[in-house]
Amino acid sequence: MVTIALEDIGAYYGRRLTVSGITTPIFSAGEIVAVIGPNAAGKSTLFKRMAGLLHGPGTVRVEGSGKGKRAISYMPQDTSANAVLTVYESILLARKQGSGWSVGEDDLRLIDQVMRAIDITDIAFRNLGELSGGQRQLVGIAQTLVREPDILLMDEPTSALDLHRQMEVLAFMREVARERRIIVFIAIHDLNQAMRFADKALVIERGQLRGAGPTGEVINRRLLHDVYQIDARIEPCSRGHLQIIVDSVASRTAAAPS
Amino acid sequence: MALATADAVAQEGRGLYRALAWRRMLIILGFALALAASFTIDIAWGPARYGLLDVISAILAPGSVSDKIRVVVWDIRMPMALMAVITGAALSLAGAQMQTILANPLASPFTLGISAAASFGAALALVAGISIIPFATNFMVPLNAFAMALLATLIIHFISQARGVTVQTVVLLGIALVFTFNALLAFLQYLASEQALQSVVFWTMGSLTKATWEKIWITLAVLLFALPLFARHAWALTAIRLGEDKAASFGVNVRAIRLETMLIVALLAAVPVSFVGTIGFVGLVGPHVARMLVGEDQRFFLPTSIMAGALLLSATSVVSKSILPGVVFPIGIITALVGVPFFFSLILSNVRRSW
Repeated sequence: MVTIALEDIGAYYGRRLTVSGITTPIFSAGEIVAVIGPNAAGKSTLFKRMAGLLHGPGTVRVEGSGKGKRAISYMPQDTSANAVLTVYESILLARKQGSGWSVGEDDLRLIDQVMRAIDITDIAFRNLGELSGGQRQLVGIAQTLVREPDILLMDEPTSALDLHRQMEVLAFMREVARERRIIVFIAIHDLNQAMRFADKALVIERGQLRGAGPTGEVINRRLLHDVYQIDARIEPCSRGHLQIIVDSVASRTAAAPS
Repeated sequence: MALATADAVAQEGRGLYRALAWRRMLIILGFALALAASFTIDIAWGPARYGLLDVISAILAPGSVSDKIRVVVWDIRMPMALMAVITGAALSLAGAQMQTILANPLASPFTLGISAAASFGAALALVAGISIIPFATNFMVPLNAFAMALLATLIIHFISQARGVTVQTVVLLGIALVFTFNALLAFLQYLASEQALQSVVFWTMGSLTKATWEKIWITLAVLLFALPLFARHAWALTAIRLGEDKAASFGVNVRAIRLETMLIVALLAAVPVSFVGTIGFVGLVGPHVARMLVGEDQRFFLPTSIMAGALLLSATSVVSKSILPGVVFPIGIITALVGVPFFFSLILSNVRRSW
């Protein structure tokens, strides 16, 4: 079974150590981990460090994978690059990195399967430049999935999606995590969604870890007050889902660093 | 949403992709045929008129035609025609990769000052007799041109890597380089003797009449050296067009590939320019034509860029001989005149896909 744990992780952005001292419990295959925190808290930086795209101290300990560098796949926040490529080609591209020119039937079958699963077959042969922000995010998810990683780091994958699509994508990712026995980290701002779909949560603030553990325990009134400067209650709705009800918003004098 | 697959729909995606790939291969084949035709016409065309059959016989079986035809075809027209094809291919390939790694539709050896730098290097040799690379006096002009082109490329590369540098900054930098090297060139021209001035002016116009077999082999060798290196990184170079972060997330070492590509581009842009002089436009337009026709998957984009550049320059070579009977105009003057109408028609018929 694949597991991952961060041991005293830090990350340099340029010469500045923007994330430091992050040590987490062990996360296991099948789990969804919500990575939460204010804007510019260091979530993307942490993901890039975990994916090996930034340098820094500490160890990302992955066990039970056997895929080496390809074990972890990072899905960056959407870039609006408008290469003259169709959606299908851009997903094929993600699949074929590091391999030869020929495209096998297996590659194409997997791409078709993933595109069908996240319901983007209708835009398969549109150019990337013609897509909406939400469609580009879905394509990004497909590009990440066809690389078949054991650990997936998704940087705000639902920020441009409508509510229906958000629910679909998060439910789908949970299904993928369970079925393929992979670990999915999702950086997300919507804490209600995090509580609904994630098994565990990591809280990052100003480059430091503020909490890690089961979502229901980590996301609490105190966290909302200390990290988000919000007075709120967390109460179950009539169907038992936990919901955040905001009572008041305090001024953010000690705001997060930019 | 479910992982279960409806195979009928999946089949559709696979099938459509295969069809798309085939269509692109047919486009490349079409280019190859057009290039063969243009090349043959280029050899058949000239002040001395020979029948097309004679020319084809002279190409395929030199022993079967008269000495006169053989000498005209093989010693005069063939080097020029071949040089047009190889130079067009090399410049277009250089432009294609510059546009790819700088994420900039305006990038080409000409627009970013690499050709201007090469011109200045050549003029240094022609006017002042200064050799940038010592002990290489035999090839002083091309080597000077190459050294200056390399310098310009490296300046562009390293500044484009600096933090906060945008696509627009790189273009502005390129324009500044064009002006700088043109000013330095004008300075040399002002000081030059009449004879040296004439050779500099002729050189900057770009002319295939300077083609020799030796120059052809060297340029071809550079092209053949560059191709496998680019081909090896085909997927990675395509990924770079999705943005640096995305490419890195696919496991691409963006910095290393950028540097390697820029060095090869310097070689590809400088060598033909140093032999035949400044030829603009083809390095800008060849890749755009390719992009509009086959997109940016490098497996198709590379060969199509090469073919488009080669065809453009080969056709230009034919035109440069056809304007006035008995006169061969320097090809650098004609490239834009031939390419612009074709380029406009493509842009207007294909606006959405043009970058």
